[in-house]
Amino acid sequence: MKYASEFRDSRLARGLISKIERSSRTPVRFMEFCGSHTVAIFRYGIRQVLPKTVTTLSGPGCPICVTANADLDKAIALARIPNVIMASFGDVLRVPGSYTSLQAVRAEGADVRVIYSAMDALKIAQNNPTKQVVLLGIGFETTTPTIAAAILQAEQESLTNFSVLSWHKLSPPAMKALLDSGDVALDGLICPGHVSIITGSQAWEFIARDYGIPCVVAGFEPLDILQCVDMLVSQVENGVAKVEIAYRRGVQHEGNTVAQQLMETVFEPCPAQWRGMGTIPASGLKLRPEYGRFDAEQVFDIDPGPTREPEGCICGEVLRGVSPPVDCPLFGKVCHPENPVGACMVSSEGSCFTYYLYGGKNE
Amino acid sequence: MCVAIPALIKSIDGQLAQVEIGGITQTANLQLCPQAQVGDYVIVHTGYAINTLDRQEAKETLDLFEAIARVAQEEN
Repeated sequence: MKYASEFRDSRLARGLISKIERSSRTPVRFMEFCGSHTVAIFRYGIRQVLPKTVTTLSGPGCPICVTANADLDKAIALARIPNVIMASFGDVLRVPGSYTSLQAVRAEGADVRVIYSAMDALKIAQNNPTKQVVLLGIGFETTTPTIAAAILQAEQESLTNFSVLSWHKLSPPAMKALLDSGDVALDGLICPGHVSIITGSQAWEFIARDYGIPCVVAGFEPLDILQCVDMLVSQVENGVAKVEIAYRRGVQHEGNTVAQQLMETVFEPCPAQWRGMGTIPASGLKLRPEYGRFDAEQVFDIDPGPTREPEGCICGEVLRGVSPPVDCPLFGKVCHPENPVGACMVSSEGSCFTYYLYGGKNE
Repeated sequence: MCVAIPALIKSIDGQLAQVEIGGITQTANLQLCPQAQVGDYVIVHTGYAINTLDRQEAKETLDLFEAIARVAQEEN
């Protein structure tokens, strides 16, 4: 068992597709919250093999895409402070803020370093005691516990030159805001697999209960996604709405309680601004006051000035599932991976990037 | 961003494990997954193991897919 190739078997995929074809009668729209699911759905050609009755929509689950320009501007302003080393996950560098990007200020001399793990940022801080190292804390529940662990380690090692700019966001409140907006009607939710490893499938129960929308947590292999679609179709056809797991080898109902505890220790909920969705209450995470000395917002006085949105870019509509990327007048013309105008064209799991890469432009 | 991949734990030294992903050995932090043992597959995200994978559940899921594929074959 390698937990990968077994779940890509085309013979088993054909069986699942045939089951979906037999049981699906009602036209349905399922949203995949997670950008990694959008990538998997395109990479494995899932849209092409599903019956006409089943439509999948991309959701807001791309942390880089939903980061507001105001936050990006803040990071860029921080990176420009002399003596600061900005440690960031790679994709963020190319995302344009209001006026420039981290990549551009790095070219101008700012010390911006790409990290693979929060542990790398700690190492940079240890090796550069005369510099201030700022870790760009970005991500949903999958990533947040790792940043919390790094902050606790910094405390343990009494590091005084390490802080985190927290852009961390919570997935369930975003999904709630999206449903409350009434912008998009959904018949089922493909719940994020790796967020749910941490939160547990329990995090999605309110959607089934309060909105009557079937929810199934999915893994990222093609068979995982097909099984998820099959389970959602079955719920719709049987007139039920509950939370199920199509990724039982990785996800449990209660989630990873060790990771939840770490997040809870270091972070507390706060309102957060989401690109395209405005400010959503209790959807962000900031450092608790007792960890204030590791909070870059408190360590530094940052004033990035007024923000601005790129003209013509419809990233907001794309993130809400209201418009597909191809509806954007900039898509594939002005805006492409070499010259991204909006964040969704930068991130390797952004909807626009994924559409562009896998030829979704002709859909 | 939430990309995470299955990795096999080869050895553990304190909180750090050496894990193998597609023939390449990497270090993974086990702080979020203290129950993990040598020989387990874990899901690794940005250098941290976030859960162990359940072999029994994986097997049951694949058995279910086999049964579904058999039914589909018979019907066609």
